[in-house]
Amino acid sequence: MSFKFTEENLKKIEAVREKYPTALAAVMPVIYIAQEQNGYLSNEAMEEIASVLGVDKVNVLSVVTFYTMYHTKPMGKYHVQVCTNVSCMLRGGYQIWDQVKGKLGLDHMQVSEDSKFSLEEVECMGACGYAPMLAVNEDYFENLTKEKVEEILDSLK
Amino acid sequence: MERIVLPQIENFNTIDVYLANGGFESAKKALAKTPDEIIDEVKKSGLRGRGGAAFSCGLKWSFMPKTTSKPKYLCINGDESEPGSFKDRQIFEDNPFQLIEGAIIACYAIGAKVAYLYIRGEYHKWIKMMQAAVDIVYEKGFLGEKMKETFGNDFSCDLFIHKGAGAYICGEESSLMNSIEGLRGYPRVKPPFPAQNGLWGNPTTINNVETITNIPAIIKNGWEWFSKIGAPKHPGTILFGISGHVNKPGVYELPSGTLLTELINDVAGGVIGNKKIKCVIPGGSSMPPLRGDKLEGVKMDADSLREVGSAIGTGGVMVMDEDTNLLDVLIRIAHFYHHESCGQCTPCREGTGWMEKTLKRIKQGNGTSEDLDLLCDVANQIEGNTICALGDAAAWPVKFMITRFRDEFEQYVKPEVSMPVPNKVHSMRSTAAPLNNLQK
Repeated sequence: MSFKFTEENLKKIEAVREKYPTALAAVMPVIYIAQEQNGYLSNEAMEEIASVLGVDKVNVLSVVTFYTMYHTKPMGKYHVQVCTNVSCMLRGGYQIWDQVKGKLGLDHMQVSEDSKFSLEEVECMGACGYAPMLAVNEDYFENLTKEKVEEILDSLK
Repeated sequence: MERIVLPQIENFNTIDVYLANGGFESAKKALAKTPDEIIDEVKKSGLRGRGGAAFSCGLKWSFMPKTTSKPKYLCINGDESEPGSFKDRQIFEDNPFQLIEGAIIACYAIGAKVAYLYIRGEYHKWIKMMQAAVDIVYEKGFLGEKMKETFGNDFSCDLFIHKGAGAYICGEESSLMNSIEGLRGYPRVKPPFPAQNGLWGNPTTINNVETITNIPAIIKNGWEWFSKIGAPKHPGTILFGISGHVNKPGVYELPSGTLLTELINDVAGGVIGNKKIKCVIPGGSSMPPLRGDKLEGVKMDADSLREVGSAIGTGGVMVMDEDTNLLDVLIRIAHFYHHESCGQCTPCREGTGWMEKTLKRIKQGNGTSEDLDLLCDVANQIEGNTICALGDAAAWPVKFMITRFRDEFEQYVKPEVSMPVPNKVHSMRSTAAPLNNLQK
């Protein structure tokens, strides 16, 4: 599957480039742009990032594989992230994790067959005072209870 | 009570309210002075970094070379990934303009033309909020080329937001710089320090979001005012993020040196169900934990906490009640540091894994009393033997949790050795040890 940036995204990349004195420094924001357009980072997408920025492919690959928010495999339409770190754990984070696992029938980093859901057990998301929490794609849901989790997952269509 | 970082003014996060309450007046005042005067003012105020190390902010600024042909940079660290720490997002949400104003003053003081605000990638919502605020400030002419006219000064600077992508290690200042440069977030060997060799090899200062947000207030009210708030050696207010088994968890701004018991019992509404406290981690998960029966009189500032064998860290207070299983907590902490170790230094890369595995072995009921010593031993061999402080951060909770709660951990292990030998890291410790030692 070939990958080309859309015209609109090429303009975004140009704007991003201006923030930094080197092309390499723009690699993180440009990876985000590619991931948003393509859903995940295929080899072709990474090659295209390298060619657009004029950096080595290995630079792109090394960054993509270092950070947890870049995905080299397609994730679900709803990427559900449950925090089980200490503050969440103290307030029932693992119960929420088990509940979500059971409800979606998925485990850590698995994607449902219809590609609707993917699940990730994440490290601290910075919501410790509002624990337990989960995030769906970019949105945080805090102060969770069992009922709230049901409601949230049911609302994802 | 004075609130500096999160003032109780309604809609303070809108530009009109911010301007009506003296917004950007401090920047005007600062830009009419010389950079050295600003650095001196901040130095005298006693402001110490709020990112964990509690280093003097003014002193840090003064390390920036005065005469150099190289461009200088300011990085503002909003990576905030320490478990238990969630204060920066409150600033992004409630007081974005004071943060931006602080950044302008800091840039002027150190002579930086560009500031990067590094925000962790998971904070999509808060990144959008900050970007919107930055755009408004540009529009109003307080940033960019237009600020020359606004302030009637030759100085101008830009502020860019850099979005992280999920790596705890990028909160470490040198890996944060690598991350901005578009590299893997590996920490760099120091020296050279960032003030000499930072972003792209240029002089760079890295400050925490909360530290920078304090700056406009110091410029506005003067160093004497600031130095009289809270603990004399660590003045000002601190944003305490309280989580765990308390009735009212959240972020609270209080003077430094506030009693820990007051913070938990009065401000955070006490422990849920009036239970006793077993353990408190006072500054985010990497700081040494305190015993619940030794909290009386503990004050929340850098020096007082050091005296009782812990540290202020990022002010993320985690409270655990008497029913908490500390082994489970420690396994979770060990897992976190194993997961987040960047893999550059062997002691940290391997040691964090060993500690997690050994703790899990204890959880399965196969641990012995010796394993507890083994864990402390591994922790000691990580501590101080790595490029960055993640090694220490991984070692401290294990070492101090086991030492300070040995009585509890002894309950989880069998008293004598039941594991088949050889499994001891002890015997691998030092190849220089005499042979008869190894055979013991």
